[in-house]
Amino acid sequence: MEKQTRVLDEVTIRFAGDSGDGMQITGGQFTNTSAAMGNDLSTLPDYPAEIRAPIGTTYGVSGFQIHFGSTEINTPGDNCDVLVAMNAASLKVNLRSLQDNGIIIVNTDGFGDKNLKLAGYTQSPLADGSLSKFQVFQVDITKLTNLALQDMNLSQKVVDKTKNFFALGMMYWMFNRTLDNTIQWVTEKFEKKPELIEANTRVLKAGWNYAETTDVFAVRYEVKPAPLTPGRYRNITGNQATALGMVAAAEKANLPLFLGSYPITPASEILQDLSEFKNFRVKTFQAEDEIAGITSAIGASFGGSLALTTTSGPGVALKSEAIGLAVMVELPLVIVNVQRGGPSTGLPTKTEQADLLQAMYGRNGESPVPVIAAATPSDCFNMAFEASRIALKYMTPVILLTDGYLGNGSEPWLIPEVKNLPDISQKFRKDPNNYLPYLRDEVTLSREWAIPGTPGLEHRIGGLEKQDKTGNINYEPENHDMMVKLRAEKIERIANDIPLATVEGDEKGDVLVVGWGGTYGTLKTAVEHKRKEGKSVSHLHLKYLNPLPKNLGEILYNFKTVLIPEINLGQLIKILRAKYLVPAIGLNKVQGLPFRSIEIEQKIDEVLGGKK
Amino acid sequence: MSILIEEVVSKEAVSTVKYTAKDFSSDQDVRWCPGCGDYSVLAQVQRVMPDLNVPKEKVVFVSGIGCSSRFPYYMNTYGFHGIHGRATAIATGLKIARPDLSVWIATGDGDGLSIGGNHMIHLLRRNVDVNILLFNNQIYGLTKGQYSPTSEVGKITKSTPFGSVDMPFNPAALALGSSGTFVSRSLDRDPKHMQSIIKRAAEHKGTSFVEIYQNCNVFNDGAFFQFTEKETKSDSVVFLEHGKPLIFGKENDKGIKLDGFSPVVVSLKDGSHSANDLLVHNEKDSTLAFILANMTYNHDLPRPLGIFLAIDRPCYEDEMEKQIDSAISKRGRGTLEKLLNNGDTWVIQ
Repeated sequence: MEKQTRVLDEVTIRFAGDSGDGMQITGGQFTNTSAAMGNDLSTLPDYPAEIRAPIGTTYGVSGFQIHFGSTEINTPGDNCDVLVAMNAASLKVNLRSLQDNGIIIVNTDGFGDKNLKLAGYTQSPLADGSLSKFQVFQVDITKLTNLALQDMNLSQKVVDKTKNFFALGMMYWMFNRTLDNTIQWVTEKFEKKPELIEANTRVLKAGWNYAETTDVFAVRYEVKPAPLTPGRYRNITGNQATALGMVAAAEKANLPLFLGSYPITPASEILQDLSEFKNFRVKTFQAEDEIAGITSAIGASFGGSLALTTTSGPGVALKSEAIGLAVMVELPLVIVNVQRGGPSTGLPTKTEQADLLQAMYGRNGESPVPVIAAATPSDCFNMAFEASRIALKYMTPVILLTDGYLGNGSEPWLIPEVKNLPDISQKFRKDPNNYLPYLRDEVTLSREWAIPGTPGLEHRIGGLEKQDKTGNINYEPENHDMMVKLRAEKIERIANDIPLATVEGDEKGDVLVVGWGGTYGTLKTAVEHKRKEGKSVSHLHLKYLNPLPKNLGEILYNFKTVLIPEINLGQLIKILRAKYLVPAIGLNKVQGLPFRSIEIEQKIDEVLGGKK
Repeated sequence: MSILIEEVVSKEAVSTVKYTAKDFSSDQDVRWCPGCGDYSVLAQVQRVMPDLNVPKEKVVFVSGIGCSSRFPYYMNTYGFHGIHGRATAIATGLKIARPDLSVWIATGDGDGLSIGGNHMIHLLRRNVDVNILLFNNQIYGLTKGQYSPTSEVGKITKSTPFGSVDMPFNPAALALGSSGTFVSRSLDRDPKHMQSIIKRAAEHKGTSFVEIYQNCNVFNDGAFFQFTEKETKSDSVVFLEHGKPLIFGKENDKGIKLDGFSPVVVSLKDGSHSANDLLVHNEKDSTLAFILANMTYNHDLPRPLGIFLAIDRPCYEDEMEKQIDSAISKRGRGTLEKLLNNGDTWVIQ
């Protein structure tokens, strides 16, 4: 049969199966191959909270979505065009995210009576007509995988573990991808187990050949390379980027990096990644709890390290007293909160933006802390570096907010030139003459960093209120008032040292969509769509939340309406309303999921009130 | 250490200056209540410091919250007055980051065993090379008189007007149970003993745990008088000395021997036993250390004081340095260029 090829600008595929089906690896391979072929892309894994939930259940479904294209890609995609479902449960869970007329490829072996029952189907969706608005391709992947490997004498367990590569092979055929990258990966991964190299390669090719030779698939698609900025790229998740950004900051500050951390979803990867970098003299301390994570970091900071603690919302709650201590003793410290669904334990594997007010105000007393937020997975690198710069220059704890969506999501990253990264080193105090622990720099109001081991600078710091300059314990009313104001002003002055806010789109108009953090790609996509329709809409994305950019107020006043979408009940909106007295409108959804750009677009239309 | 750190800190591990106790006294007024046992601890530490020959700038005292945690302010060294219960964790981070420092922790029974109990046991098991001075006064002093995790059962305090009902911690047994490598006990009213223990603690490589019975003359006066006052002391206390039999009593007329695994008091006067029958202390024997520590709170037995255990085990921070050195020797000192360009990369022309 003659096969047609159609060219597409962008495609979203979701691989879904049981948590043991290897869907993350499958998605990861498709991602790396597509990146190497020059597509722009964005990905999002969707893990179950359970490590190995019972096989075949809906709560054991693991998914991986990739959005790739020949144009600029800013989100992992609202809905998918193609759904690969390895069993009934994965179809049930993911069907809602499939476009009408979308493609479904199912492994029919995953739709036996037991699977259907576990998924809660009373009759097979493959037979009852309920999938009629989609293009369904039924393939017995399990059987075909077994056939491909029948002469290899492998255990059934091993055979079962390769069937994801059959699906991957079919998708490689369908989207005209090369098999080379994945074969190379398999060859390296199973260097010492040649039978696994053979098995995986065979199954991958079998999937490709099956799609090529049978009549099941009549159409294949081509997605051309995207016009990306020239340079060397790698694919990177937000958590990887955060880890690399901290190492880069330590190198550029000429300081050892110390991480005190306690494992917590979805932040643990930062601890894991940094513990690999021993040959950078990075010291990672897996503490007994969140509090020891941050207090050990404060101890290391006292000793002259670039100190970091990484966690998620519940961990920040536990660390809040210690953040206050770092505010009081004025030592540099970076606190990374990879936000997840809350409150309490909440939704550990899902994303949310509901810790902004916690970061801003979640401590006892007047306890000002700079708060910054990364906008995309690769931006985590820049913001980790920036958090370190601010912490060192202003001798203050800095909170960096990312989230589960950024932390686990990935995108191609234009690898920066090391020589272009700024030097952020600050000298330690050495001169013992006239040293006082709380003497301040006139411009930054920062105190000097004097570390143990330095002769003649012996001094004591602590959490009690201290006298200006000397740092001696002091309870006098006027002194406390002055110190509270000094600490606040020190943080406010950072506004002189951060980039001004920029508007994507016109500087004036009907609607300004203001966002922060991980919603960047979605808001950008939505605003661009509306602008193409001729709507007067612009986008402003805040990466600096405390202090805010100095020009923010005047920008806000240039628009008739300010729309603030957030994955919370309205936190940034409270801050902006209070500070600028703007009658902003919120768009708030708290489902543990990223916004879809269509939701933003609908809200923009609503705000514009049908204005064409 | 980075170049920046090396630029400012002194290289020497042994002091070239001969210090006196006064060199370790800061310019701050000591604000403990008159008559508090804390004064004695401060005095003994300041007296021992010159003998240790550690450059003053290399010494750091870290504390949490409580009366004892004011300690760093009175030492003319580096000091960090932290938050409640976390001195152990702050000190851990500091020592891991800076193994060249001599790190001391001043804590109390509330700070170290109640709110900070978790960090305490983990510090001990990791064997980070720091020295813990645990001021045990069996009461909450700074908050003005509530019972503590070492208060005796039935203790009447402001928060237990009908008597406390919970079993107290035995700090030495807790430290041993946490795999501590140096576990000891001393008292505020025996300066010579305390000095000798503090000195041994400082010399020990690994976490040194020193419990110090400390009188709170305002909220728990006399809690340890049985062990500190002339009339009762010699019959109520047995000093543990390595290689020596456990003998006590006004006229050295009593001893401890083992009956199975249980220590019992025997008379050396009535002819039934001689010193040869007695338990001989061995501070390298961790099983014996448990038996001795469990004599605490047994009213039929004297209270053991001294060093229960002093054994060697690798320190956390040294093992970490080893891993780092080994990674560098295998892979070479990392370069940022290589790190950022690691893994699957591709070039867009």
